[in-house]
Amino acid sequence: MFSLYARRRLTNTLNLAASYLTMAFGLFWLSWILFTLLKYGLGGINLAMFTQMTPPPGSDGGLLNAIVGSLMMALAGTLIGTPVGILAGIYLAEYGSRGWLAPATRFINDILLSAPSIVIGLFVYEVVVASTKHFSGWAGALALSLIVIPVVVRTTENMLRLVPDTMREAAAALGAPQTKVIMQVTLRASKAGVITGILLAIARISGETAPLLFTALNNQFWSLDMNQPLANLPVVIFQFAMSPYDDWHNLAWAGALLITASVLGLNILARTMFHQKNSQF
Amino acid sequence: MPKSSYSGLQKRGVLLDLIFLNVTRLFAFVVFALLAGIIITLIIGSMPAIREFGFGFLISAEWNPVTEKFGALVPIVGTLATSFIALLIAIPVSFGIALFLTELSPGWLRRPLGTAIELLAGIPSIIYGMWGLFVFAPIFAETVQPWLKNSLGATTLLAPLFDGAPMGIGMLSAGIILSIMVIPFIASVMRDVFEVVPPMLKESAYGVGATTWEVVWNVVLPYTKAGVIGSIMLGLGRALGETMAVTFVIGNAHKLSTSLFMPGNSIASALANEFTEADGELYTSSLIELGLILFFITFVVLALSKLLLLQLGKREGKTT
Repeated sequence: MFSLYARRRLTNTLNLAASYLTMAFGLFWLSWILFTLLKYGLGGINLAMFTQMTPPPGSDGGLLNAIVGSLMMALAGTLIGTPVGILAGIYLAEYGSRGWLAPATRFINDILLSAPSIVIGLFVYEVVVASTKHFSGWAGALALSLIVIPVVVRTTENMLRLVPDTMREAAAALGAPQTKVIMQVTLRASKAGVITGILLAIARISGETAPLLFTALNNQFWSLDMNQPLANLPVVIFQFAMSPYDDWHNLAWAGALLITASVLGLNILARTMFHQKNSQF
Repeated sequence: MPKSSYSGLQKRGVLLDLIFLNVTRLFAFVVFALLAGIIITLIIGSMPAIREFGFGFLISAEWNPVTEKFGALVPIVGTLATSFIALLIAIPVSFGIALFLTELSPGWLRRPLGTAIELLAGIPSIIYGMWGLFVFAPIFAETVQPWLKNSLGATTLLAPLFDGAPMGIGMLSAGIILSIMVIPFIASVMRDVFEVVPPMLKESAYGVGATTWEVVWNVVLPYTKAGVIGSIMLGLGRALGETMAVTFVIGNAHKLSTSLFMPGNSIASALANEFTEADGELYTSSLIELGLILFFITFVVLALSKLLLLQLGKREGKTT
């Protein structure tokens, strides 16, 4: 019916058209979700949201305690996870060429990177909550830090590997001990990349819900005590969205918009920062 | 500089180096030990359930907190079924997106569109869940589900799959939302492996007159086979462990059903829903055993994915 040539052309056109469609398909979901968030969430963003506590059903309120709790745990999680991640990443990149530990750690780190976060929550529950007998902000922060670590290890290692060996050799030739070479030459050269990794890790933990369910739990009241259950945005959103009350739904949407905006903002910030730094070379 | 202080400085440097090396090694070991720690903790936590139910836990569909009889079959089947649906949709779509980003997109659009797809991965899973429950499910129940019922469900072979009332929530909805979530992961890894293909290989195919599709299908895909499968396994690993999005839409019913319209349960959503409310040692420990099973499955899948991606990396090293 068709000549071979026409058939090949047709296959090509059809398949490439399908490729365009899949791209449109992906963008369609992204825009639909963002549109939904703006539609339902924008109305709820007001001053009360940032100044009042989470309300009981039927009355007005805000998300202040949840926002503060989330910030505290994200900060603590990042502060615990980042040094561990950077030091382990340095080992993998700078000393990782020999021995069994580096390849094994690299392999396991990549698995932890995608491991189900709810299992991390279970682990911290068993280790911390079950032994202290109560939920706490620290347990939540620890769970988040376990999610930060693999992200930071991965980016630190990759970024350090991008530093040309000639730089290391030049510093070593001047007589610098290896510690100095790493801290003041290679790590400094890859600073932007490492910070990008940290930002991406913060973006990742800001929206994590599953590991907080059994660790930080939730708290309806104002609390800054990391030894007690701590309110946090994701779990509040989960509870409010699953509830039958309309005003709770509205708050949940506003919180969802807030979280998504900050996560996507952090993502974009990290990307543009890294891009700018790299285009200098 | 006097000789003695020079060698003192040198000695201090050597000592500092030694300390630094061992500190970084210690933290690398911490990461390494983390995995073992998670596995051991989960095994200890699930010991009461393992002792009580043995291997029967894996094949029993019973889940009754009152009589304290627990079995993992329903959540395991739910987890596998939703992930399977997700991959069924996500594989072709991700392939198309990766193809578009590497071969078709004009240069200036490549970066923004790539970022847009990666942003899809950045949206927290709880947002997918809310959106799925409040926006997607009602529309799905009104439009797509009746259509599926009347077309595919009308054939005798597939009828059991589309049985029951179209409620919008259930296994199928969970699978579709999961697919949207894993598309960016699979697509961005696929794009990265497609970019590994040496341009010379592609250009020689173009040179003998191959169409773009033929280059992709006969040159790029065979070359990157291991990496492509690795990216799919990575997506599978994500889908298996995804919690919040599934919890919102799967319906959370401990019931085995052939219909994709019916509510089911997955391991992760059973944990999210029941863990804090579980009372009694056996109930808690059964849930922990569920977590152990989930971790084991994802570990195997992710390890395979990693090995396949490494294989591609090795070949890349050999040819250049």
